[in-house]
Amino acid sequence: MSFKGGTSSEGSTDSAATKKSSKKPKYSKFTQQELPACKPILTPGWVITTFIAVGIVFIPIGLASLFASEHVVEIVHRYDEDCVPSDYSDNALAYIQSTETNKTCKRSITVPKQMKSPVYIYYELDNFYQNHRRYVKSRSDKQLRSKASESDTKDCDPEAVSKNGPIVPCGLIAWSLFNDTYRFSVNNSILEVSKKEIAWKSDQQYKFGSDVYPKNFQSEGLIGGAKLNESIPLSEQVDLIVWMRTAALPTFRKLYGKIEVDLEANDEISVVIQNNYNTYSFDGKKKLVLSTTSWIGGKNDFLGVAYLTVGGLCLFLAISFMLIYVFKPR
Amino acid sequence: MNSDEPLLPSSQGPHTRVASSSCLRANSSSSSANLDDALCDIDLRVADRVSVGDRDTSNSFDHSKQQFNSAESHFFRQFLLECPAPKGRRLVSWGTMELQHEYKSSAFEISRAPSRVQEKLNKSQRLRHRSGQLDDNRLNQLNPRLIYVDDPRKTNDKFEFTGNEIRTSKYTLITFLPKNLFIQFHRVAYLYFLAIVCLNQLPPLAVFGRTVSLFPLLFVLCVTAIKDGYEDWRRHRSDRNENNREALVLQAGQFRMKKWKKIRVGEVVKILADETIPCDVVLLGTSDPSGLAYIQTMNLDGESNLKTRFARQETAATVSEGGIILGLIRCEQPNRNIYEFTANMEFKGQRFSLSQSNIILRGCQLKNTDWVIGVVVYAGQETKAMLNSAASPSKRSRLESYMNRETLWLSVFLFVMCAVVALGMGLWLQRHHDELDILPYYRKRYFTRGEDNGKPFKYYGIPMETFFSFLSSIIVFQIMIPISLYITMEVVRLGQSYFMIEDRHLYDSLSGSRFQCRSLNINEDLGQIRYIFSDKTGTLTENKMEFRRASVFGKNYGASLTAADPSQDVKLSGTAGRKRWKLKSETAVDSELMEILHKTLDGDERITAHEFFLTLAACNTVIPMLNISPPSGNELSEGVEAIEYQGESPDELALVSTASAYGYTLCERTSGHIVIDVNGEKLRLDVLGLHEFDSVRKRMSVVIKFPNGSVKVLVKGADTSILSILDEDTIRGNHLKCATQGHLKEYSSEGLRTLVVAARDLSDAELEEWQSRYEDASTSLTDRATKLRQTAALIECNLNLLGATAIEDKLQEGVPETIESLRQAGIKVWVLTGDKQETAISIGLSCKLLTTDMQQIIINGNSEEQCRSLLANAKARYGVKGANRKSPNFERKMSADTNYCEIPDDANVSYMPRRHLQKEEAPTCSSLALIIDGNSLLFDLATSCRVVICCRVAPLQKAGIVDLIKSRTDDMTLAIGDGANDVSMIQMADVGVGICGQEGRQAVMASDFAMGQFRFLKKLLLVHGHWNYQRVGYLVLYNFYRNAVFVLMLFILCAAFSTTSALTDWSSVFYAVIYTSVPTIFVGILDKDLSHRTLLQYPKLYGAGHRQESYNLHLFWITMIDTLWQSLVLFYIPVYIYKESTIDIWSMGSLWTIAVVILVNVHLAMDIHRWVFMTHAAVWGSIVITYACMVVLDSIPVFPNYWTIYHLALSPTYWLTICLIIIVALLPRFLLKAVQQTFWPSDIQIAREAEILRERPDYLGLRADQGSG
Repeated sequence: MSFKGGTSSEGSTDSAATKKSSKKPKYSKFTQQELPACKPILTPGWVITTFIAVGIVFIPIGLASLFASEHVVEIVHRYDEDCVPSDYSDNALAYIQSTETNKTCKRSITVPKQMKSPVYIYYELDNFYQNHRRYVKSRSDKQLRSKASESDTKDCDPEAVSKNGPIVPCGLIAWSLFNDTYRFSVNNSILEVSKKEIAWKSDQQYKFGSDVYPKNFQSEGLIGGAKLNESIPLSEQVDLIVWMRTAALPTFRKLYGKIEVDLEANDEISVVIQNNYNTYSFDGKKKLVLSTTSWIGGKNDFLGVAYLTVGGLCLFLAISFMLIYVFKPR
Repeated sequence: MNSDEPLLPSSQGPHTRVASSSCLRANSSSSSANLDDALCDIDLRVADRVSVGDRDTSNSFDHSKQQFNSAESHFFRQFLLECPAPKGRRLVSWGTMELQHEYKSSAFEISRAPSRVQEKLNKSQRLRHRSGQLDDNRLNQLNPRLIYVDDPRKTNDKFEFTGNEIRTSKYTLITFLPKNLFIQFHRVAYLYFLAIVCLNQLPPLAVFGRTVSLFPLLFVLCVTAIKDGYEDWRRHRSDRNENNREALVLQAGQFRMKKWKKIRVGEVVKILADETIPCDVVLLGTSDPSGLAYIQTMNLDGESNLKTRFARQETAATVSEGGIILGLIRCEQPNRNIYEFTANMEFKGQRFSLSQSNIILRGCQLKNTDWVIGVVVYAGQETKAMLNSAASPSKRSRLESYMNRETLWLSVFLFVMCAVVALGMGLWLQRHHDELDILPYYRKRYFTRGEDNGKPFKYYGIPMETFFSFLSSIIVFQIMIPISLYITMEVVRLGQSYFMIEDRHLYDSLSGSRFQCRSLNINEDLGQIRYIFSDKTGTLTENKMEFRRASVFGKNYGASLTAADPSQDVKLSGTAGRKRWKLKSETAVDSELMEILHKTLDGDERITAHEFFLTLAACNTVIPMLNISPPSGNELSEGVEAIEYQGESPDELALVSTASAYGYTLCERTSGHIVIDVNGEKLRLDVLGLHEFDSVRKRMSVVIKFPNGSVKVLVKGADTSILSILDEDTIRGNHLKCATQGHLKEYSSEGLRTLVVAARDLSDAELEEWQSRYEDASTSLTDRATKLRQTAALIECNLNLLGATAIEDKLQEGVPETIESLRQAGIKVWVLTGDKQETAISIGLSCKLLTTDMQQIIINGNSEEQCRSLLANAKARYGVKGANRKSPNFERKMSADTNYCEIPDDANVSYMPRRHLQKEEAPTCSSLALIIDGNSLLFDLATSCRVVICCRVAPLQKAGIVDLIKSRTDDMTLAIGDGANDVSMIQMADVGVGICGQEGRQAVMASDFAMGQFRFLKKLLLVHGHWNYQRVGYLVLYNFYRNAVFVLMLFILCAAFSTTSALTDWSSVFYAVIYTSVPTIFVGILDKDLSHRTLLQYPKLYGAGHRQESYNLHLFWITMIDTLWQSLVLFYIPVYIYKESTIDIWSMGSLWTIAVVILVNVHLAMDIHRWVFMTHAAVWGSIVITYACMVVLDSIPVFPNYWTIYHLALSPTYWLTICLIIIVALLPRFLLKAVQQTFWPSDIQIAREAEILRERPDYLGLRADQGSG
């Protein structure tokens, strides 16, 4: 956009000419539509300047974010298929639904580059429509917030009430809480997984009540996912809080925890996974992600590439316009 | 010069015309009136039959009607054969005028237009009926209203008449809510809203929160209801004030005060000077012994001059003697025609007529009369003033109808999108059918151990789910149909009207009248006008008459008229030693004529001159008002009485003042007599009867009894109407007639308005016959006008020609310049006038409508054949395309040398053939084809002319001509006029403009816009019209874009087709209402692409409206493609950036909300031509407000989106994403704009650059010379 500053003060030549009649509209620059104004026009100069300006701003940003993205070390490890024992490989669903099968699964990951702490641990689900209308609405924020509205479960069907009373937390979202767990060790020493500050502070403080305790949760019928410790208030159930921030897209990551030590390159991390969560029924993938962050967040080349492309395109356009203007002026 | 010579078309034209019409009158007198009005179609006549509806005369007419019906069916048969596919061609015709003939085949024209004309005129005809007086007459005949004077109880024994309480309010406390809602839901938009809200209340469809979805509708309804309620409260208050006013009512023999609301029909009221009349009152007596009363009808029709009303002599005498009046009045049922009243009264065994001059209407004020006594005939809601308070029919703007077409397209999109979503949903359900029970995000069944176990949960089977999905996607995408656009447009038009009203250049300081916007719907049509139909008198000219020339006894006076020379005046009057009357306006006198008048009364010339001025002074309806001024020191004014004339016709005023200047001063007028001061000598003349001017006779006459007992008829009227009824036996008469005709031609070629004056003595026998007929006619309740006309014909014959007058009607200021500019702007100006051909041409020349380099085509035939051949010749000569010839070069040449066409003297081709038809016993197909052919010939020729002047057109013909253009082209028409005769034209045209002039306010009442002077049209069209068109055109496109970009973005998001909205409910609701609406309104009101100076300097810039540059289908599609691109960018950039991230749905929604709001606002900012501080405030302000709203919404813990914005704002990615979205989304648009403005600049763009660069010449110093656009 190019704005050419410039005011037009169109003179009031006849303002005092006739004031004999009161019916005559009074003169003001507003009513006569003569207010001082800025009238931008697109001259070639401004077009070229705009393009160059966009190019000059965008290319450095693009470079910076690409650079930042390059510095992020990210390990993605898919385990849902590999963690099904070979005798169940044709019938993963039976394996996951059975209560008798051993769900423990050991994997090892190699760290490609040094990872500075904190290293964030995410689980990534695929093909899980947390944004489905039936799902997103299936929660009761009032109930989560205070004990007094415990029975406020009108949106929570079909997970609203059990025979013992209202389910806390109610709704499909809570019901389907992710319940795989990970334990990490490097060189046989256990890596502590910190759950501190993985949920939004605001959520913990105001959205999830400290006096609300889980009740009747996963107690009957179909079990959807993790059970909650009934002695811990909701405000401390960070996994639940994270899970309840439903994802925007069908492929999403959720923060599982943090590792507060640096990981060196070529370290072998062994992970003990409790493969409990049923994504097999809808062909969902499960991945474990370890990642560092930068100022643009996780690993994300798209932003940098897009900025570079747009900036380059603008410069190219600026040059083309300049050439056209030189060779074929109006 | 011999009158037989066919040298002068005009002198011959009237003869034939009058002859034919009088021949018609012979067999059907009432239809002759209609005939004159009749227009270019057959059906009109059939419709007219109803209104004529006169039993004794309708026989012949019915006969002819049958002929027409059969002719019509013939015609339709033919039409089917000739025109297989007329529809397609019509679309092409809105290209440039010069080329349009090529696309039209004559067959097409033949077939389509007349039927459309029929339809339209039928409609207008029906409209006329509703208010038509003729129906009422008949009704009245069957069921008159009986009023017993001073006996309200007997009058109203059946309780059928309303009291005098009025109620203009619409609601009471109880009815307010239901009635107001009912009225509000007449808008389709609201019904759509309501349907959506209702859908949203259904459990399976609840997409938005239920209360949230109600919010916008409730908001709109509440605002409107509060507005309506307030207005109604004010009406209640004013009604109460009005009803509680008091008037003197005769109660038990005495006049006592009584509240207005208690006044009943039949009561006798007394009204004092300067009081307002409480109801419609028939005058019984006044303070004036002759029964005269003056009223001001300002509140009723806006005319400020005083009007006279009379009490009948019979009752007035009784009243003045203090007697009590008991009688019976039979009057018509209440109707809304304020210019007519028919009734009669039985009083003391006598029966006499009452007419419009005997009634004073509610709302008028009594002036110059001490008191009047009258009997109430209509009260309260039944008064004519109340019945008249209805609005004129509303019009719809062209752009809006196009907009509706595009809205239909959007509905199609909407439907398709919903269908896709539903289909997707269906397929998805099908594919996942087995998993639905356990899918954590679907769960179609309960798995509890309770009673619900196994029951389906909100699941109704795949077909139903698909259907519900369709419905719920309608709810989600509802915003696609821009409902808010209608409200926005109303607000914007209101703002535009405000600026038009406040424009000082549209203020007429002479009459003190501001510009008025009477219709708020068609502002933008002002920017697309292609044809202007203008009335001449009062519109192009000032309608302030000045007496210029006179022809008395075959001699021409006033050629060397000196401007009023007071010294000479004084000298003359001094020598005559007569008493001087002081007039408001001095008139210049011709000394030669003056001298003749001061000779002794002797000789033909002297007598003729005497009678001439006597007629001028006597034969009119002007009222003299004496103001005896106290003698001042000035010797001139010593003993001088100032006299002021009040009259409805400015012509008459001019004539009377002229007569006074020549020594014939009208100084008193009552219903029975007039007093004329002839050179100081008072002459009392008894007025035996007066035939008022009407448009059929085109003359008025008065029967005068001189003190010596002789009786004379004095007549004045249009030359055509008088010259044919002269006494032509004598040689002297013939000679006189020729000489006068010569003068008349001379006068009219100078652009003067002419009137012919004639008189004759009446013999006793004639007088007697006339008197009896006159009495009969004037007391009749039915067809009084017709009977009076017949009576008038008795005495208006064999007249002696006295002379002719010529009055100058000055051109209004700035008319030539305005017409010149309008022409440059590509607007065709047609002048439709009732004047003669010569007058019209001369006015045309003087106002630069016609220029010497134009080729003139004059079509002036008296018969159908002649007209046809003239038209065909003209067509051939100037190469106007009729049928299939195609030669663009030729066409261009033709349009280069502007020619004009003249259709004078009833040569309105469409009209002529019909008259033939009427005469022929069995009309054949071929003759019908001729009509149509003639019509299309006229159309072809006329549309290819720059200027068309139609002379001698009747009011309804004016409307017919407008309709001809309106129905056959897609061009916008504007009609401008000031008089009652222009009303039909003003209502017919797309835009009607009324001039607040001298001829009353009917035109203004019927118009869409009203202003003081013709020259304002230039600024109105070229500046305001242009701006409004640009603004509204952009506004509509932008609104489509704004809503669609929002919808398309949501569309893509469909998570497993479940129509989830990532945006919070409130954000979705606020989007169109709060986040983005204000800037569009401001831009719609305030944006200006060019300054008014540039627009006025280069009228050609107006062509942008003709070419529909601001709004067309092409632009719509480009906008939609742009919208699609922008919404794709809007959706995919965040999706790719946040792919495989932890982002939650509300953060994403928040990002989208902000991004879309900023995007549409920046988009708007990019297109704003002119930034004033308010635009800045609105555009940037709404982004700030959006943020503020988001912050507020995210600070409420019960919403799941709690605290989202704070988290987002901390992340640089968020800001970078928004920035990237804006740039990428707008890049194509910016590029397109830049390329277009650099390489294919439009006129407006060039003018704009020139304008801005001129203001700052130092800037680049380059292209300042490009502004010659």
